[in-house]
Amino acid sequence: MADNQQVVFENVSKFYGDVLGVNRVTLSIPPGITSLVGPNGSGKTTLMNLMTGLLQPTRGRISVLGVSPNQPEQLFRQLGYCTQFDSFPRGFTGYQFVYSFLRIYGCTHSEAESFAWRAIDRVNMREAAHRKIAAYSKGMRQRIKLAQSTCHGPAVLVLDEPLNGLDPLVRAEVIAMLRSLAEEGMHIIISSHVLHEVDMISDQVVLLSNGYVVAEGKIRGVRNELDERPMQVLIRCNAPSLLAAKVFEQSSVVEARMHADGKGLLVKTKDPDKFYLQLNKIAMNGIGIESVTPADDDVNSLYEYLIGSEEPSK
Amino acid sequence: MKTLWLTQIAAVLRVELGKTFFSRRGLWVYLLALAPLLIFGGHSMIMLVRAHVPCDFGNDTNVFAGIFQTLDLRVVIFFGCLGIFMNLFRGEVLDRSLHFYFLAPIRREVLVVGKYLAGIIAALVIFTTSTILQWIAMYAHFSSTIVLSYLRDGNGWSHLAAYAGTTALGCVGYGSVFLLMGALFRNPIFPAAGILIWESVNAFVPPLLQKFSVIYYLKSLCPIEAPPNVGPPFSLLIVNADPIAPAIAVSGILIFTLLVVVIATLQVRRMEINYSTD
Repeated sequence: MADNQQVVFENVSKFYGDVLGVNRVTLSIPPGITSLVGPNGSGKTTLMNLMTGLLQPTRGRISVLGVSPNQPEQLFRQLGYCTQFDSFPRGFTGYQFVYSFLRIYGCTHSEAESFAWRAIDRVNMREAAHRKIAAYSKGMRQRIKLAQSTCHGPAVLVLDEPLNGLDPLVRAEVIAMLRSLAEEGMHIIISSHVLHEVDMISDQVVLLSNGYVVAEGKIRGVRNELDERPMQVLIRCNAPSLLAAKVFEQSSVVEARMHADGKGLLVKTKDPDKFYLQLNKIAMNGIGIESVTPADDDVNSLYEYLIGSEEPSK
Repeated sequence: MKTLWLTQIAAVLRVELGKTFFSRRGLWVYLLALAPLLIFGGHSMIMLVRAHVPCDFGNDTNVFAGIFQTLDLRVVIFFGCLGIFMNLFRGEVLDRSLHFYFLAPIRREVLVVGKYLAGIIAALVIFTTSTILQWIAMYAHFSSTIVLSYLRDGNGWSHLAAYAGTTALGCVGYGSVFLLMGALFRNPIFPAAGILIWESVNAFVPPLLQKFSVIYYLKSLCPIEAPPNVGPPFSLLIVNADPIAPAIAVSGILIFTLLVVVIATLQVRRMEINYSTD
């Protein structure tokens, strides 16, 4: 894919004095939803601030759809950034926050008014739009930031912990909105500490630890590359004990244990393809298998395997 | 059709003027502008009450010149501009809201110009109005015949225009300096104190060095030299430089301002948003 269709980091490092922000990051982020995952201080926000020009890289090159972050007049025509900074220009109402951005963007009064209301409606903030942001709840501030970052129809949307402070209903609506924007071909880059949500919405992940990229790509692809970690498979069946005895005979199986509810078997295998073939033969010999699902090809497992037991950033 | 940068400057002006004129933080700037007005208004009130005391128009004109050059130029406009222009960038960093502009599709040069113009407009409205009202208040206790004669037959209009113009140029010059300070330093108070000291001791440095101050040019534009026989502490504040031609003084301030705004622009282009370290 050409540089002008991707977000590209080429050997990018950022140091805050002697402190490492990110080091030697080389990434190409295609369209779709990409999640940056890592513990506190792993460099997620630094990466986002670098790609939006809020920080200058100490070395390396960044390009967002072919545009350098040093050219804000071009960059922010195609990029919206919903930051983690929970502060706003003094005295602004929610509407003024979105409207003023659009006027700076170059919209006429009527265009800015129309785009602002469209974006505000998308996050269900019409009723509170004329109230001062200072009086907003955390969730409302989050929603108005989302409205502002999407109001000009950017091709790249960068969202730093966008689901923070949102109630479950709005959270679901925002996720649906992001999914639909991604399906339209938009680049959406998210940092989140809620791993099951990352798992649910991401097309690909970038796992960060201590300023380094430890893995990137589609979740399943990254998982398959972890050869040293046996794949876990949950098998639901009518006779788990019998199945356990059968699977232990297979060379590809390294561990098998009963599931906590007693209605399934959790198998660890170093060669999933071979194991699935062997499982087919077992099934044909009379054990009723209801379902077979990978149990650890999610972000949570990847996180645990690659980054360890550190808590993701809160 | 308006070009984009003009539209963007207008948008920045709308946001910034609202913040400068109507924020509680700016209240002390209004109070500062009001202070000399209270002095002149109070003087006129006293003179009106004590009608038997003879009024000396020439003496009052000299007093106005003295107070304008000491209180207005060195305190009111200096600190007023500090309050307005230092906040343009530094205030936003402290409020953690500068990213609002840095994440908009606007060249940082255009942003600097927009913010500077907003500061200039606010300062001009507040301080030029104050100067004109001070001038009116100073002569309010004289009969209309005397004042009209001063305006019609004397130098009244030209003096008023010179004071208003000097005020405006003071805002332009000091404004650019404080704009730069706010963009350059994490804690601009100490550099600002340095500038205050430099401007205050200006009369005691060699003539060549005097030219590297805003007050030198402003003093040259004042229509009446401040009375030389004032005692301490005011005598310490008076600049005793040879005046230069008004055209040179005006162009000097404008060139200086242009240079400072260009430096501020270069600084803002390099600025990073890293609130946690500010």
